[in-house]
Amino acid sequence: MAARTVAKDIITLRGSAAIVSEFFGYAANSILYNRGVYPEESFVKVKKYGLPMLLTEDEGVKSFMTNLTAQLSEWLEAGKLQRVVLVIMSKATSEVLERWNFSIETDGEVVEKGISREKSDKEIMREIQAIMRQIASSITYLPCLDEPCVFDVLAYTDTDVAVPFTWIESDPKLIANPQMVKLHSFDTKIHKVDTLVSYKNDEWDEE
Amino acid sequence: MDAGSLSSSGTLKTRSRYPLQEQFIQRKSSKENLDRFIPNRSAMDFDYAHYMLTDGNKGKENPVGNSPSREAYRKQLAESLNMNRTRILAFKNKPPAPVDLIPHELSNVLQGNNRSVKPRRFIPQTSERTLDAPDLVDDYYLNLLDWGSANVLAIALGSTVYLWDATNGSTSELVTFEDEDGPVTSVSWGPDGRHIAVGLNNSEVQLWDTASNRQLRTLRGGHSQRVGSLAWNNHILTTGGMDGRIINNDVRIRSHIVETYSGHEQEVCGLKWSASGSQLASGGNDNLLYIWDRATASSNSTTQWLHRLEDHTSAVKALAWCPFQSNLLATGGGSGDRCIKFWNTHTGACLNSIDTGSQVCSLLWNKNERELLSSHGFTQNQLTLWKYPSMVKMAELNGHTSRVLFMAQSPDGCTVASAAADETLRFWNVFGAPESASKAAPKARVEPFSNVNRIR
Repeated sequence: MAARTVAKDIITLRGSAAIVSEFFGYAANSILYNRGVYPEESFVKVKKYGLPMLLTEDEGVKSFMTNLTAQLSEWLEAGKLQRVVLVIMSKATSEVLERWNFSIETDGEVVEKGISREKSDKEIMREIQAIMRQIASSITYLPCLDEPCVFDVLAYTDTDVAVPFTWIESDPKLIANPQMVKLHSFDTKIHKVDTLVSYKNDEWDEE
Repeated sequence: MDAGSLSSSGTLKTRSRYPLQEQFIQRKSSKENLDRFIPNRSAMDFDYAHYMLTDGNKGKENPVGNSPSREAYRKQLAESLNMNRTRILAFKNKPPAPVDLIPHELSNVLQGNNRSVKPRRFIPQTSERTLDAPDLVDDYYLNLLDWGSANVLAIALGSTVYLWDATNGSTSELVTFEDEDGPVTSVSWGPDGRHIAVGLNNSEVQLWDTASNRQLRTLRGGHSQRVGSLAWNNHILTTGGMDGRIINNDVRIRSHIVETYSGHEQEVCGLKWSASGSQLASGGNDNLLYIWDRATASSNSTTQWLHRLEDHTSAVKALAWCPFQSNLLATGGGSGDRCIKFWNTHTGACLNSIDTGSQVCSLLWNKNERELLSSHGFTQNQLTLWKYPSMVKMAELNGHTSRVLFMAQSPDGCTVASAAADETLRFWNVFGAPESASKAAPKARVEPFSNVNRIR
């Protein structure tokens, strides 16, 4: 019985990578829903992290997300992923309006030596849940996206990573003079993910 | 007074005297982020904050950016510009849907999601075209207008049958009957759109080939009085006469009378086969509506009706079979009744009855939408478009100055022609264009990140 409990709290590199990439998939869906990038009707509710989460039903977005999370978990397992950024741009002008920045710190020792760490599933889920709640509540302070928007995802990787066939180098798509809000972090003891949203300064404040 | 406001704004700019505004302006100028309360202590860099408060300002390297987030941004900027440390990659296949979805956001939301909410169709209130129809017989019991499948409209004016080709707008005269035979009491296109049946006041029915303007045959001997209603069912031409008889004529064979339906005691003025050709609805001046079954018809004995419906209190002329529900029939009553009634012709049950307030001369279903168009007499002489089954009035089309006796629908279902006792023929673009987009079937939802292996 005791042995089982101990075994349950062990986290491996692969398991951690899976948690992080899955987290990113749900977070991206939640952002797309909450920020109204896609119509509300194209989302369905599922239960995840003890919260009602919304997932897109749109085939195009779904396959994009699936391919994306697959590649992310591969990089995470190799410890090569430094950061993932979800960029929301104006459809008309391609101006970057919001950047959702997920910085990832990988425990190098785990990657090199293949050892595992200890952290309970429950604890990680609780941390992720806090971030998801913050993402959902972010609409209260983020500026309204009152024009049609598109999104893109950037991955910051180590330089020694071979660029996969389906990926291309990109510019960082930064926002000039952004406002920033740091959200909660979570830590699998192998990957530490910091979330930060930066957005275009609302012109209303300026006047 | 002007000077005062000027000077105060001047103070604002230069000396910032007012506390509230001063703070506001300072925040702006320093680009700090003081309006946010960030409750996540663990996310705050206290060491860095301490450094900035104590030694940080000594080095004048970074005079403005003294907030943690500002510093983070600077670092991020440096990182991204410093490409030798990091590689920024973007997935080559951009998410395709937002590009397609967003511009037609509204239409996609409305149409793509199996919602019945559609953008409102514009229904023109005036007629698209008006043609003169002199000598149109003002007789409620006749059927003098029909629009064939070859897009040619036939109208009988007095003793003459005219053809109006809707594709090029040309008019031609098919035939003029002698005074002792005429006037024409009914016209009906055959299913091929080439042959037309013409019912006459002398109880004869003639078949004409409109391609060669040639008379093919005359059906006589069935009726003793004028033939006011006609209905085709493939090679069967059903005729209804003032004598109350309904006769099925097989136009291919010499002894053309194959079946007789007896039930009406007065003139048969409405006659329509259902789309499947299995049931015939007939309405008469005796206020009766009969449903006849094709399968039980026989030539020898008089055929028993399937249903005998007595609900109308006036002559039943307007009949329309529903295009999307095979056993649904709409009927309209004359000036003493004024009702549109809906019937389940399998059971004979009356499903609904609406008092329209005036004589119902004609009924047409919209082939593309669940709508019904009715034409009326006194007092408004209007065409009314109804939503089915709610029977909410969607539009009233005015224009005719006398009762609208006949209506016919174009083969594509968009345009309706109406002929009225004011001797005009009007065309209305009331039913709109057919819906082309087929709705995609909803697919089963698959758990999205299933490719990610969960080890724990």
